[in-house]
Amino acid sequence: MQFEYKIKGGDFSEAGTISSKLKKILKQLNIDNKIIKKVVIALYEAEVNVIAHAYNGKVNIDIDTEKIEINIKDKGPGIENIAKAMEKGFSTATSKVREMGFGAGMGLPNIKKNSDKLDIKSKVSEGTNLKIITFLNK
Amino acid sequence: MQENYFYHALKIDKKQCIGCTHCISVCPTQAIRIINGKAEIIQNRCVDCGECYKACPVSAIKVEDNDLNIINKFKYKVALIPAILRSQFPDNINESKIFDSLIQIGFTHVYEVELSADLISKKVKEELKSKNCVKPLISSFCPAIVRLIQVKFPSLIDNIIKIKPPIDITALYIKKHLSENGVDPKDIGIFYITPCAAKIAAIYSPVGEIKSVVNGTFNLNNIYNRIFKNLIKNNEKDNNSQKINLTKTQLTWCLTNGEAKNYSCKSLSIDGIQNVIEYLEKIETQKIKDVDFLELRACDESCAGGILNVQNRFLSVEKMMKLSKENTNTNFVSKITDYKEFLEKKILIEDIKPRSMIKLDENLDQAINKMEKIQKIMNFLPKIDCGACGAPTCLALAEDIAQNKADISQCIFLKKNINTDKTVEKIWGKNRFKNIEDYES
Repeated sequence: MQFEYKIKGGDFSEAGTISSKLKKILKQLNIDNKIIKKVVIALYEAEVNVIAHAYNGKVNIDIDTEKIEINIKDKGPGIENIAKAMEKGFSTATSKVREMGFGAGMGLPNIKKNSDKLDIKSKVSEGTNLKIITFLNK
Repeated sequence: MQENYFYHALKIDKKQCIGCTHCISVCPTQAIRIINGKAEIIQNRCVDCGECYKACPVSAIKVEDNDLNIINKFKYKVALIPAILRSQFPDNINESKIFDSLIQIGFTHVYEVELSADLISKKVKEELKSKNCVKPLISSFCPAIVRLIQVKFPSLIDNIIKIKPPIDITALYIKKHLSENGVDPKDIGIFYITPCAAKIAAIYSPVGEIKSVVNGTFNLNNIYNRIFKNLIKNNEKDNNSQKINLTKTQLTWCLTNGEAKNYSCKSLSIDGIQNVIEYLEKIETQKIKDVDFLELRACDESCAGGILNVQNRFLSVEKMMKLSKENTNTNFVSKITDYKEFLEKKILIEDIKPRSMIKLDENLDQAINKMEKIQKIMNFLPKIDCGACGAPTCLALAEDIAQNKADISQCIFLKKNINTDKTVEKIWGKNRFKNIEDYES
């Protein structure tokens, strides 16, 4: 089963809208609460990343009986050094973004922590693709 | 099976119901459908909040009540009253007159529920400080909220504080206290005068307990009438020796911010079930963090807004606040403190079980199938949420269809030729029903 959503860069007021929709779907599918929590946190962080750094993005969610696969593609500056971006506390967010309570450098580490498989592909000044996989039967 | 049985105090009087759909659209858990021209409550979805009762234009929704005579089964007949009861009467009727009237209509003892509030706030403070505390800690005070979390927010069940609400703790105290004074516990009947339907359900079908200590309930509006009649009859008598003055904390406990204000950590008080739902949706998606304590109440203005109250809720709050300001009794010591150790041992409730109404199927494969079916059906439905099909929204109808509990032919907008009707087109626009041909084919 597939779902597709769009994200607009810079629109912080909308952060969490898609993860909230996904939460509703997963509740209806009777997915374990702990898994729901993980998936929702991971997607929320990914949403914030697109909003904070990119121009726009697209979220594709694919759910089957084995796993939840979330693909987030954005058009934006891309990540120069993925290994560095994965470090806790590392952030390229502007001070203004930080003042708003975002950009603490926990985004990608948090996504990794709350997913079973994380795949990042990025091209500088083009954009970033994130693939987050959560397995349902562990 | 216990999980399949929920006592509900809200009942629909089929003779009075005109099948108007007001109730189905206000129900926060979408627990009502119109069937054969009458509203019907889906029992395992209902949380007894009373929104339908308020919305019904013909008073067809009733709150079950007991005959006052049931107190006569007991030798000692205890009236357990909410503090809010005093705010229902005019200013010249003070609490001792109310207490006296209760005795005159047949009770032998009168106690106020909120006596145990301080005990609870002490326990909550301890819990907030403990390392294993799941935050935000959610108050267990409002039974409609506890039920709402069970059916709609099962992932937040662990956030509900596992402490009994004041009714149960005060009732335990009364039983212990009277039995220590030579009364056989079997002879004690404790009856709660309730301002809402949820508290009735909480007593007859408690959550996290096997059986409530309270023996029964009476609806506040009916007791109000009894007291009033009695006051008119003998307004000069004033002989109550049992009068108890509540402290400021106890007096305002059932009002909005009555609990939250006692805690120095970041605490919020939210009243009105729709406001509560909006907030819980947000904490479920982790959008709000760093809040320690949540006082959540289903009724607007908390218990002052209970559906069985007589007085206007705003006037009621004003009176309670005034009484609390005038109250100099800041460290009132009730006998309840003598039973602190006994009550603290019994203060906890067992695990609260989810009763999720949201899941489409236990089996994931089936659930996915059903969800895909819902998506398909939603392409045809007009998304007007008119309620004419008997379900509160188009989505609710689609879900019912996927669960084989309804049929797509219930949608009146999918009737033949509706897309060629000019009047319909004028209201709903040209393209609204363009899918109807696909549906027909």
